[in-house]
Amino acid sequence: MNAPAPKVFHQVTIVETGEVYRCREDETLLAGMERLGKRGIPVGCRGGGCGVCKVQVEAGEYSKRVMSRAYVSAEEEAAGIVLACRVKPLSDLRLAVLGKMKKNVCATPSAAAADARQS
Amino acid sequence: MATTGVMRPGHIQLRVLDLDESVAFYKDVLGLVETGRDAAGRVYFKAWDERDHNSVILRQADRAGVDLIGFKVKDKATLEQLDKDLQAYGVATERIPAGELLETGERVRFTIPTGHVMELYAEKTDVGNGQPYTNPDPWIAASEHGIAPHRFDHCLLYGPNLEENLKLFTEVLGFHLVERVLLEDGKSLLATFISCSHKAHDLAFVAHPEPGKLHHLSFLLDSWEKVLRAADIMSMNRVSIDIGPTRHGITRGSTIYAFDPSGNRFETFCGGYETYPDHAPITWTFDEVGAGIFYHDRKLNERFLTVVT
Ligand code: FES
Ligand SMILES: [Fe+2]
Repeated sequence: MNAPAPKVFHQVTIVETGEVYRCREDETLLAGMERLGKRGIPVGCRGGGCGVCKVQVEAGEYSKRVMSRAYVSAEEEAAGIVLACRVKPLSDLRLAVLGKMKKNVCATPSAAAADARQS
Repeated sequence: MATTGVMRPGHIQLRVLDLDESVAFYKDVLGLVETGRDAAGRVYFKAWDERDHNSVILRQADRAGVDLIGFKVKDKATLEQLDKDLQAYGVATERIPAGELLETGERVRFTIPTGHVMELYAEKTDVGNGQPYTNPDPWIAASEHGIAPHRFDHCLLYGPNLEENLKLFTEVLGFHLVERVLLEDGKSLLATFISCSHKAHDLAFVAHPEPGKLHHLSFLLDSWEKVLRAADIMSMNRVSIDIGPTRHGITRGSTIYAFDPSGNRFETFCGGYETYPDHAPITWTFDEVGAGIFYHDRKLNERFLTVVT
């Protein structure tokens, strides 16, 4: 029987917080962060559909899967702006967090309306 | 209550990012039965215990979310009457010809104040639940494959104009308000749970500035043990779980939430209670909404409240 292939790890650095974690090449940036109980990138659907895990990769190589155009335009994607739940590292990476959770539901009606005007 | 007029949510068309991956998920993990594919590439499913040809339709798209939700009405005369009533109320309607969705009759399509596309239809082919209508068994092999819910049960949708939306559903479409959540001002609606049947909810809405968003679609299981089994199946298959198993204060359901491979949230739940149109609606105040949503945690959960597709 063949021994399982050794797992390949890369270092991921979240520039805002300085948080560094080891992410496997076969798991997404978001999954790697979550598995180690680390924080920094907001965690939503984990399926490329909700946009909350949006990041900009500032340095490093990665592979990616299809992600929602509602949250990442083709131009953005070309510029390294991606959803962390759809991206796996191919080298050490540095990323900036762009996505956030919007607490609309907990806002007062007037704040929610103001929010609606902005978006 | 005799079920007349609008009877139940009958179909939902979802957008998915990767069709093959999603088909495998809906078939083998959620445990729906694939019933067809059309020329446009859409894939049709039903829950094993449903009798009509389809209830969940997947369409490959460049973004996740919901295209439309269809409600089955009692008969064709009802469909014609509701179309007239909607127009008289000032809602523009459009006819979608029979057959545009497989095995489905003519549909009346309209957009509700929250920005979601709704449809009414009277006919969808009865393909049965895998059992004869004479001397059936209580369950079949398909009811053990994957999570295998009994039916597509309801949806929770996010959008604006909740007051106006509630009026349309109660004054024109024959729904009744079962539960509601008020905002901090004690007057404005944060959420509404409405029923066209005995169910605690056939549809629910939460106030949100962006129109047309999907919070979750929900599937019915028949016991708390089945909810735990669903949780096990999700973890075995590395499904992205959102929260649960837990219990709602609102509608009292026992539940687990997770995300499909495109990030569309779904729920598999059991329980709740029965409603009648004469029941006074239940009101939740803003300061207790945490317990209303998750009865044991008793606090607001940011991901659950804000992540939508
Ligand atoms: S977590 Fe939803 S898009 Fe990544
Ligand atoms: Fe639900």
